[in-house]
Amino acid sequence: MTVVPDARGASPVPSTAGGGPLPRAVLAVSDLPVSDLPGSDLPALPAVPVPVSPGAPWIPPATGFGAAFGAVYRGQLARSKVGRIPLLFVASFQSVGILVLLRGILDVDNTTAAGQVVAGSTVLVVAFVALNLLAQRFGALRAAGALDYYLTLPVPPAAVVLGTAASYATFAAPGTLITAVFGSLLYGLSLSGLWLLLPVVVLAGVCLSGLGAAVGLLAPRPELATLAGQLGMSIVLFLGVIPADRLPEVGRLARDALPSTYAVDALAAAFQPGIDWATVGTDLAVCAVVGVAALAVAVIALRRVATS
Amino acid sequence: MGVVLSYAVRGLTRRHGAGEHAVLANDRIDLDISQGEVFGVLGPNGAGKTTLVRQLMGLLRPDAGTITMFGQDVRDAPDLPARLAGYLGQADHALAELPVATAVGTTARMRGLSRAAARTARAAILEELGLTAVANRPLARLSGGQRRLACVATALVGDRPVLILDEPTTGLDPVARRAVWAALQRRRDATGTTVVLITHNVLEAESVLDRVAVLEAGRVIACDTPGQLKASVSGDVRLDLAWRSEPPADDPTVALLAGLATTNGRRWTVRMAPAAARDALGRLTTGAAFAALDDFSLATPSLEDVYLTLGGASRDLERT
Repeated sequence: MTVVPDARGASPVPSTAGGGPLPRAVLAVSDLPVSDLPGSDLPALPAVPVPVSPGAPWIPPATGFGAAFGAVYRGQLARSKVGRIPLLFVASFQSVGILVLLRGILDVDNTTAAGQVVAGSTVLVVAFVALNLLAQRFGALRAAGALDYYLTLPVPPAAVVLGTAASYATFAAPGTLITAVFGSLLYGLSLSGLWLLLPVVVLAGVCLSGLGAAVGLLAPRPELATLAGQLGMSIVLFLGVIPADRLPEVGRLARDALPSTYAVDALAAAFQPGIDWATVGTDLAVCAVVGVAALAVAVIALRRVATS
Repeated sequence: MGVVLSYAVRGLTRRHGAGEHAVLANDRIDLDISQGEVFGVLGPNGAGKTTLVRQLMGLLRPDAGTITMFGQDVRDAPDLPARLAGYLGQADHALAELPVATAVGTTARMRGLSRAAARTARAAILEELGLTAVANRPLARLSGGQRRLACVATALVGDRPVLILDEPTTGLDPVARRAVWAALQRRRDATGTTVVLITHNVLEAESVLDRVAVLEAGRVIACDTPGQLKASVSGDVRLDLAWRSEPPADDPTVALLAGLATTNGRRWTVRMAPAAARDALGRLTTGAAFAALDDFSLATPSLEDVYLTLGGASRDLERT
């Protein structure tokens, strides 16, 4: 049997159904103040009889990117207050530990190699948060069916990905500064170009968090998302920290293919006496392009999850 | 007067899985839901209720059939459900670590409310649902009922024209449950909000729903007002008897009822014509069997009876 609207459907505000004694809940509810003529102020009801109205009464507009980003960011920041601060230390300690470890191996006078180690360790902080934690978070959200919450709100998917990433980045940013300054002091590098840290962290952050979110959303199981995120972080670690000229040929190729390399190279240049701005600009541009592409993939992944 | 349909669903079909293991979760469902209607979907676990509302929200793509919202095909405007409807799903993992006020406030912002409007709306809904005292506590630290209530608040904030709620009152205590029912009816009465809700709860279905669709194995097996549904099933009433000890088998009334009753331990349920039930109860309460009788009740058919008559299984239904 299929369903046909009954005659009562003709009334836009049907009364509570019943017959027989009213259950107590109805009595309780009907005690509440309601307008005298329920529904009389509806903008939706046409004044003249028309068949099924083709125009919805009032369709709320979709929320703009800025407001949506802000709301996602604020919400995620609120949830992270509790557990995220220890993570900040873990992320920084890992990088600082690597710097200390390599200090015993590297020739300190080789500023190119030293700059690269410091830059690689700094970008590693970003990778830890963006690839590892974000992939984990989106993998868990997807597995729990919790993405429905975002997908049923009128917000651009990119705002969800970037807002979440930005809240994690808020905790990563101090870690990158600590790592970069500590590394510069440890290896006796110049701090004058340190301002480059800002664009590098932002662009590497967008790029790697787009990838991290996409991994988390596309992985069939949350464990795989976590695993893939950690693997990604390890690759960034090895190919970023080990100076390019010490890698075998295949390693150099892999290094060139890795988006974080361009962030590492741009930052490494900042520690050198003469900065080649053209190269730095190109490196940052590559980061930006890959970042946009990675975000696009994450957004498509989010939409795909939406209707799978 | 023209009827504005919030939803018109035609031939909606959706399978889960593929090949041999495919399950037909929704099977050619047709529904018309008018604006300003509190519409319920009642059915046992696995009947396809969640699949249905997830399609109404655009979270699942139908295999076949169409869904129009206020006359617009949602395939042509995929963002329409998100703009028009507030949704309460079963999972709340996305909000678990957020304080209640933040969860509600940021949701309002994501529905496009200005900062000031979001603050006002947040305060109002927390007050309405009795959550003000726990506004600063994360959802994960609340009791199950309060946590669910906080999620209801996020679905209601921002006053959407349509509300799609997947078991909004599951796990709530009776006071909170009534607060939710009142909040839904207030919105329906004041602004003509359309409410589509999934329920397992017979009392909820009977007291707040204008119409109810009964789902069984992916099909709508009945759809009408609770009163009409009850009237359509039968004119019988239900006599419930609870015995303190074994009733005297030689009593003719007891023997008659024993033949008709569905028994569950010492609890008997008998469906019969109103006059016969009254008569039997009269003889029981004045006869020798009364000493063994612990409790009894005589009731008109409930939606539970409708549901059982239509082939549903009562184990999934709540009654309080």
